[in-house]
Amino acid sequence: MLSEIRQEKLENGLQVNLKEIHSAPIISHWVWYRVGSRNEVAGKTGISHWVEHMQFKGTPKFAPGVLDRAISRDGGFWNAFTFLDWTTFFETMPADKISLALELESDRMVNSTFPPEEVESERTVVISEREGNENEPLFRLDEAMQSAAFASHPYRNEIIGSVEDLHAIQRNDLYAHYQSNYCPNNAVLAIAGDFDSDEMLELIHKYYSPIAAHAVKTHLPGDETQLTSEQHCEVKGPGDTTYLQLAYRAPTAANEDFFTISVIDSLLTGPSGLNMFGGGGISNKTSRLYRALVEKEFAISVYGGLQATIDPYLYNINVTLRPGHKPEQVLGVIDNEINRLQQSLIPQIEIDRAVKQARALFAYGSENITNQAFWLGYPEMFDHYEWFEQYVEKLNQVTPQKIQTALQEYLQPQKRVVGIYLPEEVAA
Amino acid sequence: MTQFLDTRSLPGPEDITRKVLPNGITILTRSNFNSPSVVISGYVAVGSYLDPSDKLGLAHFTASALMRGTKSQNFQTIFDKLESAGASLGFGASVHNTSFSGRSLAEDLPLLITMLADCLRHPTFPQEYFDRLQVQLLTSLSIRAQDTTEMAAITFDQLLFGDHPYGRPEDGFIETIQKITRTNLVDFHREYYHPKNLVIVVVGAVEAQAVFDVIEAVLGDWQNPVQIQPAELPVILSPSKTIRRHIELAGKSQTDLTLGMLGPKRKSQDYLPASLGNSVLGQFGMMGRIGDAVRVKAGLAYDASTSLNAWIDGGSWEVGAGVNPVNLQKAIDLILQELNHFIEEPVTNEELADSQANYIGRLPLSLESNAGVANSVLNLERFDLGLDYLQRYAQSIRAVTPEAVLETARKYIHTDALVIVSAGTNL
Repeated sequence: MLSEIRQEKLENGLQVNLKEIHSAPIISHWVWYRVGSRNEVAGKTGISHWVEHMQFKGTPKFAPGVLDRAISRDGGFWNAFTFLDWTTFFETMPADKISLALELESDRMVNSTFPPEEVESERTVVISEREGNENEPLFRLDEAMQSAAFASHPYRNEIIGSVEDLHAIQRNDLYAHYQSNYCPNNAVLAIAGDFDSDEMLELIHKYYSPIAAHAVKTHLPGDETQLTSEQHCEVKGPGDTTYLQLAYRAPTAANEDFFTISVIDSLLTGPSGLNMFGGGGISNKTSRLYRALVEKEFAISVYGGLQATIDPYLYNINVTLRPGHKPEQVLGVIDNEINRLQQSLIPQIEIDRAVKQARALFAYGSENITNQAFWLGYPEMFDHYEWFEQYVEKLNQVTPQKIQTALQEYLQPQKRVVGIYLPEEVAA
Repeated sequence: MTQFLDTRSLPGPEDITRKVLPNGITILTRSNFNSPSVVISGYVAVGSYLDPSDKLGLAHFTASALMRGTKSQNFQTIFDKLESAGASLGFGASVHNTSFSGRSLAEDLPLLITMLADCLRHPTFPQEYFDRLQVQLLTSLSIRAQDTTEMAAITFDQLLFGDHPYGRPEDGFIETIQKITRTNLVDFHREYYHPKNLVIVVVGAVEAQAVFDVIEAVLGDWQNPVQIQPAELPVILSPSKTIRRHIELAGKSQTDLTLGMLGPKRKSQDYLPASLGNSVLGQFGMMGRIGDAVRVKAGLAYDASTSLNAWIDGGSWEVGAGVNPVNLQKAIDLILQELNHFIEEPVTNEELADSQANYIGRLPLSLESNAGVANSVLNLERFDLGLDYLQRYAQSIRAVTPEAVLETARKYIHTDALVIVSAGTNL
């Protein structure tokens, strides 16, 4: 699957990554912007995500709804995502229709109008999206955990933003955020699928080269201090189920230790796929924490999560408790397992297993052209495309000694947040 | 509207190989060497329609327990083999079927098929794992009881389908799961799991003959002499007037709404006109007319769309939306307005052409992954659509007219006889 890719940089600074895949008459086209909740300031949380929504609200060339119809008619699909470090927009289309994607993305890179009435109707849509999230206990716990895990870094905020900020942000704020961050020199264009690279580059020049570069006014976060003592947070809400979550400060994606933590995650809670589309997962029933918690009847389920980010983010362990057990008891079991790993070297065969799991997950993900195009741009947002190409090899370089060292460095109680969701009777 | 679709690239009789083994197992396979992986998908015709009413969830419980131990392998061995290979396998029950799906690198297909066969044929349901799983299922049901979307959906099905198995949740209720014993699982498996109603689809980097060889080796000699005739299913009747129900769930920011009526069976002639009509009503683009009214114009919901669920014995046609409690009635009114419009006038030629083009154009996209192909091939078999169905698909879609959509809509949609369920905090 690691076929040749072609990389170019347009004069206006737009980074272009192309990968020809001729297995199906499909092309997937992605534009990635280096802006996300990481770049938001106090009082404006959620603005990147809301701007992403506004990008579907029309330009002088394409009125709202026109593109939805045009893409759907061609049998394509499109969507957008906002994350901590980035915002991305994609279209996957039958190969002979792809010029529409280039036309519309180059157009809305600079020409979106953000009509005031659309801003207001989208305000309630975004608040409704947030209210849907709030119905989930784990969203509420996550929100509390993030703000406990970071003192000042914007990673402490939910990407969707706080309710107060969603009520306060105005059209001018949104439009200024758009103008500050959406330009060719702050973007990566990634296209994978059934095309000839020379012909595709011609199309790219036609649509993207006329857009002028301009100064990017992205707000960059300051350094966050280390956690030096264990933080605690507790959320109460409806239900009968208790959840425990641990969040350790993790290395950045570009740090060699990231790969070591990935293997540790695989050992503790099972392999996590980084595929955004397709692939599915691998179960985690032989992982250490599943055996210690679920098999020993302390918990119903356990899983882990590590995100590839620019600044140090979090490695999470999430546990759904079995009724009748206290979170403190479960925490003790987790710490025992981590201590055991910290004290003795694991056999090399366990690393080999994690590598094979990663190889399988990448193979599953490579069935899908949309997912391959995703991989062509995503690593550029926190490192470079080579990060992806070298991923399996980097896992191969992890040694039992590196695992022990990383466990001792990163998975210390004083460097974590312990979060508990406790059910309570809610008055009707 | 003329749209070119190269039917030769679509799965069809030329490249789907189908074989029925002497013991009744049906195998369908299609090779794809673009990626070094393989998926399996399939079902046995055993589902919640067989659940006794006081033990709802039995088929689901049995399916969930198949991998907890077999005569020759314990739980740890089963998952150690799969996970070490980066492979996955899982079972789950719906109303008519217990389905399975799995994937592995192509080199590990024999491991995957052998595991599938062992879990289907020789599960032992160890007591220890039965007990553990029961607590896990009960906890899932406690979580479900707090989920506004799920509670609205379950209540909707109960009110719409009544005593029919479609009206009962496949995962049961807390009190019915509590009543199930290990012996129930053992008996259920012995009585209903049969090779003759097993269908297996394999798609990926493997030749058809290799697929047949590995399946025959581990499943070719499976026999089950027990023959139990399931009871007839009750007749599904439409409600005679609108039923409105609210499920109170305290402490929730959002109220979820499910509103709808009966829909056609999958094999009904009404299915395609209803499906295209459903697309116009609540799918196309940003969720069709209802998305446009509720989300885009009124800004009331992040999600407002329709779905057509067509099964063997019947189906449902549903509108779903998540709204702030204060906007609930406003959203219901907007949806009713759209439903009335939908049965008063035919969809425009343009609207229908949009959805037709979408259906035809997206077909190759739905078939790009092995899992997508396997799912489509399985549906061909499940609903007896014919191996050339996908190749005939564009023609069938183009044949639907606005009049046919209107006629079908009027047959199913009666806005004075709806089921309307909301779940969320009381105002």
